[in-house]
Amino acid sequence: MSIRKSDLALGFLGLAALSLLAVIAHALISGDARHPAAAARLVAELGLTDLALFTEARYTRHPSQADLNTPFQDHPMSFDHFPTGSLIAPPARFGPTGGFAKTPGEGAR
Amino acid sequence: MKSWIARQRYLIDFTLSSLLRRKVRNLILFAVYAVSIFVLGSVMLFSHAIRREAAQILASAPEITIQKLVMGRHDLIGQDYLDAVKNIRGVRRAEGRLWGYFYDQASRANYTLMVPPPDDAARALAPGETMIGAGVARARGASQGSFLFLLSPTGKMFKLKVKSILDSASELVSADLVLVSAEDFRRFYRLDSARGFTDLALKVRNSREIDTIIEKASLKLPDARFITRRDILRTYESIFSWREGLLLALLGASIIAFAIFAFDKASGLSAEERREIGILKAVGWETGDVLAMKFWEGALISLAAFLSGVVLAYAHVFFFDAGLLAPVLKGWSVIYPQFSLAPHLDGLQIATLAFFTVVPFSAATIIPIWKAAITDPDMVMR
Amino acid sequence: MISLDNVCKTYHEGRENEVRAVREVSLEIGADRTTVIRGPSGSGKTSLLTLIGCLSRPSSGRIRLGGEIISGLPEKFMTGIRRQTFGFIFQRFNLIRGITVLENVMLPAYPLGTDHAALKARAGELLEMLEIPGKAAMNAEQLSGGEAQRVAIARALINDPQMVIADEPTANLDTRLTMQFLDIVRTLRGQGKTMLMTSHDPRIWSADMVDTIITMEDGRVTAVEAADRS
Repeated sequence: MSIRKSDLALGFLGLAALSLLAVIAHALISGDARHPAAAARLVAELGLTDLALFTEARYTRHPSQADLNTPFQDHPMSFDHFPTGSLIAPPARFGPTGGFAKTPGEGAR
Repeated sequence: MKSWIARQRYLIDFTLSSLLRRKVRNLILFAVYAVSIFVLGSVMLFSHAIRREAAQILASAPEITIQKLVMGRHDLIGQDYLDAVKNIRGVRRAEGRLWGYFYDQASRANYTLMVPPPDDAARALAPGETMIGAGVARARGASQGSFLFLLSPTGKMFKLKVKSILDSASELVSADLVLVSAEDFRRFYRLDSARGFTDLALKVRNSREIDTIIEKASLKLPDARFITRRDILRTYESIFSWREGLLLALLGASIIAFAIFAFDKASGLSAEERREIGILKAVGWETGDVLAMKFWEGALISLAAFLSGVVLAYAHVFFFDAGLLAPVLKGWSVIYPQFSLAPHLDGLQIATLAFFTVVPFSAATIIPIWKAAITDPDMVMR
Repeated sequence: MISLDNVCKTYHEGRENEVRAVREVSLEIGADRTTVIRGPSGSGKTSLLTLIGCLSRPSSGRIRLGGEIISGLPEKFMTGIRRQTFGFIFQRFNLIRGITVLENVMLPAYPLGTDHAALKARAGELLEMLEIPGKAAMNAEQLSGGEAQRVAIARALINDPQMVIADEPTANLDTRLTMQFLDIVRTLRGQGKTMLMTSHDPRIWSADMVDTIITMEDGRVTAVEAADRS
């Protein structure tokens, strides 16, 4: 009984499908177990507002706190010279208050 | 049913034999295909996971942050502002926060200097003491008990004893933090207490009252800007959607290139292939058999590429911390947090990825065959 | 076994390059016989063969197989009949390059979904019978002309057809290989297969196992005669 090409191919597909299932199982099991508790606690205790992901400029370090004018000083859509600037969107619609006055119909949940 | 399965296996045998005739070409095709799915999948998984992580972490951010704006710029906020909002109904607690940026010439990195809130007993600091984020510790080679020297913007050298290093599990929010006492902070930036704080943080009794509180506060403080926790979450939601979209758009070019390649490969039906289809029909294959055979070709390649691409992307993002994407995210930052994301798979995402990769390729394989497959088999006799 | 009734085949009908390859042919082809169609090239031999072998449909007229009209059947049924009834040996053999001899031989049985081990064994037997068992693992393009024809014969026989149809089987063979081919034909006749060949090779017409010779000219059958057995 020789091994046929179709056996190899279907075997490979089966293996790949099994590993996808394993990945799904892994995501279900460890995804919920890994709540970022330490970071969340630090955020609560220090009152942090942003992720320390991009540290090269003020508005990338604290995008939620940046002045509305800072990131894109000349025009809201203009590019700036930091690479991250091309990754961070200008705050198109910054919250219910726009930072200044209440917009009607935007109640807190 | 049994013979149906046997038949499909024969068709798979044949299609594999055909594919193996152009081994190198088809292997390259498969590799390019799998790599495209891997990169796309990595971006999707990473963006989704970090969005989720950001939402979980920042869910405990201050409910309301108040900034003072002068000429459209963020300015220091005075004690009088704090007094004005402190007594608004629904405000449980209001405090002035001190934090600022510092460019450290020694490590050429930006730090965030911050004073821990007074009620944070675990992080109470005496003058001359500091707690630093793991990213700063790496940049400066500092460890617990060593000294951190910072040249302040006023030209004065500060010598701070590292009391401890912040938990590296929280690096995603703390990598660049340098916590100092309020006294040190004010001396560092030469900031007397009359000039107030960086901003104000408010805690409220009931999160439903946030809008009402802001409304009242904005009447009292017309030049202040209010940032709610919801705004913060929304900012991060949009940042990572934007990034995902941007990367996907960039990758779109490569997908189109691949599609052209695949279509060319699949649709460029040579005279040789036409003749083969004629032979198959002449020796007793039906049109349906030829199409099924070609279907298997498309399905096997695209399914194998999809499954391996997705599994590899998952391993890349969650077991290897998205190492290949880090340079893109890092930009010009000197301090970059080391973090692992909580594994997460989104069914809809996977389905989208599958739909936009497997279906077009299978179609590009079968459709050009259609016309050749329905021609009369007597062409091989001529 | 097969009867043709006023069958015509016209290619590119109604266009400038219209070719009337077969014109008003009425014919009987008996079972258990060896029939040879002869005639100059372009006389419509091959077209007639494709009509009989269900590889194409007549433009008009009827073809019966064992009394049943098969010329108007949908493709699926035509394919089914072709698969069960006919085995084809093409002039240029038409083996598929790049795959092995064994796979080439097994090819016509793939859509039937027969048991793999049995099919492989049968293909092996056929290669054995045709005296090329050592070539099973070779690729089709590595074969010599005579070997390629034997593989084509094995492929024609894999589904155990009643009738073997060969188009100019000796056109690419030298005298020695032609004689060997005729030996194979003799063996197949001995196994009860009906043979139908086209040829303009006198070595075929004069072969001892040929029963009927049909002569074609300009798409018409001009003579049907029993072979001279003197």
